Amino acid sequence: MDGASRLVFKTRVFTVIVVLSNVLGNFSLSFGMRRVGRVVSLSPIAYVEALFNPWVAFGVALLILWTLSHMALLSWADLSYVLPVTAIGYVLVALAGWAFLNEQISTARAAGITLIVSGVVLVSATPLATFGGAEKHK
Amino acid sequence: MNPDMTKWAIVAIIVAATTAGELLQALGMRHMGEIHDFRPSALGRLAASLVRNRYIAASFGAMAISFFAFMSLVSVADLSFAVPATAASYVFETILAKYVLGEHVAWKRWAGASLVACGVGLLSF
Repeated sequence: MDGASRLVFKTRVFTVIVVLSNVLGNFSLSFGMRRVGRVVSLSPIAYVEALFNPWVAFGVALLILWTLSHMALLSWADLSYVLPVTAIGYVLVALAGWAFLNEQISTARAAGITLIVSGVVLVSATPLATFGGAEKHK
Repeated sequence: MNPDMTKWAIVAIIVAATTAGELLQALGMRHMGEIHDFRPSALGRLAASLVRNRYIAASFGAMAISFFAFMSLVSVADLSFAVPATAASYVFETILAKYVLGEHVAWKRWAGASLVACGVGLLSF
């Protein structure tokens, strides 16, 4: 595998990890926080207590994985490339809600999904990295 | 503060902290260079140098504020409100990626980031 194909492959693998850890992490965190109840406080104790809920703890673990994989991706790819491309996670959340939770996909939501997918396709067609004057292969 | 104002105040904190955090993270990772070696020993050395990187340290501070504010938001609002409401950070981060990080943001990227931000906003309906 040459340098450019290796970078494209590495980027795809990390994009999948970033997207899945973010989607599953947010879902688990939200599910857990519903059970914990309202937490709006400047005191860290309320948040630390919330971490003892297993769903919150699992969500936090996945979001740590998300942070680390996102950081790795940013070590070779542009922020303005990584951000829109990883937004495909929102589409997965909407489709998972439709498939597993019987949520309706309204016309507005369908339009939202179409716009996000179009945005991701457009950004995917740009080079991975342009900082420092270097344009790496898309 | 009424519940709606509380929600939007938390959204503003999340957008500001996320934008600052991701920008600082990108700056910090630029200084580290591309990660090639994913063996545990190499990742250990990388972690040791990351904690000494001031951009990364500052980004963790901003991301922690964003994370705890997000925890607050999902405790008082639905996830279907919480996630789309924070979509404004896409536009701010793309602007800052151009002017602070010196990325070449071609029209496809502007269009892509704007489409994503509008699309994420529409998902809340």
